[in-house]
Amino acid sequence: MLKLPIYLDYSATTPVDPRVAERMIPYLVEKFGNPASRSHSFGWEAEAAVEEAREEVAKLVHADPKEIVWTSGATESNNLALKGAAQFYSGKGRHLVTVKTEHKAVLDTCRELERQGFAVTYLDVQENGLLDLEAFSAALRPDTILASVMFVNNEIGVIQPIAEMGEICRSRGILLHVDAAQATGKVAIDLETLKVDLMSFCAHKTYGPKGVGALYVRRKPRVRLTAQMHGGGHERGFRSGTLPTHQIVGMGEAFRLARLEMGTENERIRMLRDRLLRGLADIEEVYVNGDMEHRVPHNLNISFAYVEGESLLMAIKDLAVSSGSACTSASLEPSYVLRALGRNDELAHSSIRFTLGRFTTEEEVDYAIRLLHDKISRLRELSPLWEMVQDGVDLSTVQWAAH
Amino acid sequence: MFAPVYFDHNATTPADPAVLEAMLPYFSEQFGNASSRHEYGRAARRAIDEARAQVAAAVGAHATEVVFTSGGSEANNLLLKGSAACLRPGLLAVGAAEHPCVLKPAEQLARRGWTLEKLPVDGGGRIVREQYEAVMARKPKIVSLLLANNETGVIEDIEPLAERARAAGAWFHSDAVQAFGKLPVDFRRLNGAGVHALTLSAHKMGGPKGAAALIVDKRIDLEPLIAGGGHERGLRSGTENVAAIVGFGVACQLVVERRAALAAHLLRLRAQLEQGLLALGGKLFGSEAERLPNTVYFAFAGVDGETLVGHLDRAGYAVASGAACSSANPEPSHVLRAMGVDDQLARGAVRVSLGRGNTEEQVAGFLATLQATVDRLQRLTAMAV
Repeated sequence: MLKLPIYLDYSATTPVDPRVAERMIPYLVEKFGNPASRSHSFGWEAEAAVEEAREEVAKLVHADPKEIVWTSGATESNNLALKGAAQFYSGKGRHLVTVKTEHKAVLDTCRELERQGFAVTYLDVQENGLLDLEAFSAALRPDTILASVMFVNNEIGVIQPIAEMGEICRSRGILLHVDAAQATGKVAIDLETLKVDLMSFCAHKTYGPKGVGALYVRRKPRVRLTAQMHGGGHERGFRSGTLPTHQIVGMGEAFRLARLEMGTENERIRMLRDRLLRGLADIEEVYVNGDMEHRVPHNLNISFAYVEGESLLMAIKDLAVSSGSACTSASLEPSYVLRALGRNDELAHSSIRFTLGRFTTEEEVDYAIRLLHDKISRLRELSPLWEMVQDGVDLSTVQWAAH
Repeated sequence: MFAPVYFDHNATTPADPAVLEAMLPYFSEQFGNASSRHEYGRAARRAIDEARAQVAAAVGAHATEVVFTSGGSEANNLLLKGSAACLRPGLLAVGAAEHPCVLKPAEQLARRGWTLEKLPVDGGGRIVREQYEAVMARKPKIVSLLLANNETGVIEDIEPLAERARAAGAWFHSDAVQAFGKLPVDFRRLNGAGVHALTLSAHKMGGPKGAAALIVDKRIDLEPLIAGGGHERGLRSGTENVAAIVGFGVACQLVVERRAALAAHLLRLRAQLEQGLLALGGKLFGSEAERLPNTVYFAFAGVDGETLVGHLDRAGYAVASGAACSSANPEPSHVLRAMGVDDQLARGAVRVSLGRGNTEEQVAGFLATLQATVDRLQRLTAMAV
């Protein structure tokens, strides 16, 4: 039996893998010590668990555990990376470069830095969602201190050329921050070779719990930051506050499982995603958003032309999917990411993001295909626009009467 | 194997079994992102709304006055830096015996143009009224004072202090992390007296680590500490930690149901412990003031605190020397220094903080162990001299 609604929104959040939850639970009840308690075994036990988890996170991305700073999530990591570096290096320059399709956690932080007197360049992306390296290079100025580019886009799943950007930034003495919230477990990340200085992670997009993330802070060459949260001096002064042991243990276990299983898991998920794409490709007037080659295996973002976005979402209530990213979907604005690809508002509005995951089955994908076929043809039957298109009218030449 | 006795509830507490049970479904089944519009997301949103109502009810606040954060430190940082960012720099006054997560942000603001006054405390750990009055006369813009001290357990009578601060035109914040769960805390009443914000933390009162709240009067303008997505009415962005928030809510409900009985239980144990300590010749800190029912802070002349807690740990008793956060720091406690305790005695400070699961037998066993340990250590010290 299928459980409805079918969850196809793994980029918004993932369930905690039951193996992860099992590791977490003892740290809420029996092993509940404060890792900062230095005077008894409860504290030491918690501290040891925190350090073991730190090693697991470091291992997935080939970093030194000392380069991993715990935070409450990727949003906090992005804030700490951008504000922390901008404020620390403000004597060197006051310009930052980022991209229009970044997550709000980066864009809103950049807006805040602008209010603090920093200048920020927001780069366009190409039609396929990828950043043009020449445009990137050209945007860097002598007073640029930091560039921030996401590894994998949350809406369209495209993978940016981080390695090349790292080379460009390093040669110019500019720090590179990468938001990798959507990348862990999907893309191999090797910080020994990538010339990335700061990288944000979170657990809950990779089958770990919500409420925990990490910031990678490179030690060689050493990157420094102004702390944003002050107090007991936890995390070597980078981030104060009691460490949530159970959540950290969960993130460690989730990243360990990702390291061990991502190879086979991603192939299985890619097959399901491709099955979904094939199943939808025979619907007329559907457009895939974002490059299909440089893309994580679990993401499919499709615009269904001549279907009204809200009606579509209502019609496919049996599928838990998102239109635009979860964080902005409460607003009725069309996705700014799709607009940055040059999609018009109608196509942006009628887009659906499908993100598959560890627990997605072939049966669920087939159900989704059937449902979409059915609902889209029904919605289009009701659409006067679709009727006009069928009659051969070119809608772009139509003069609409004002009301 | 024997289980060590946990006497460090001011550092953190275990999650109550009912709290754990309430949290479990939100890991792997009801795992939605509360910002998602589908059923998974809406279920998560409903759970957060319910927890927000539970937290609000436990402190007599309105649900819209609750801002969830990742912890007490973040809530204190948010209030201090966030309110300061919306004001022109001026005078900021905090207690000299505050927790580092108030003192350090205050010191940061002092580097950004604010004038910082650390309000002195007396030998009992309470704010000295004359000096408080003198600072208020200089019209501070922000005042922050602990409701109950994490080390000594000393309770501050903040209502008259808040009233005075309000008359001076200040925002008044109180870190109630240690008080909540052990004392009645009524934000509506405190707010009426001029308290504009309170900090609460789940893991100090039977909830999980990773969830806390700033209870805040909406008249305070706050600049968020963490931007991006506009969660928590724009005051704190980031995907909500649903499971921990649910646990926090249930822990708050348990406080409502159990607090009075718990306080009575803790007071009995504390009296037993203090009698024993005095009989052994221990010195109690802050005993002249009203204190939390669970906290006893003491020292024995000539006995180093670090050494003593090490011995006690090996004997099966988990206690603290100074606050957990600064336990790595060999400096004597800033709280005891502020109270005028000499460094020699302050280095001997040991904190026992009792909790729901502790018993009279445990306290009696602890006193017997302590007597033997202190005797031995004092003899060793005497021989060394």
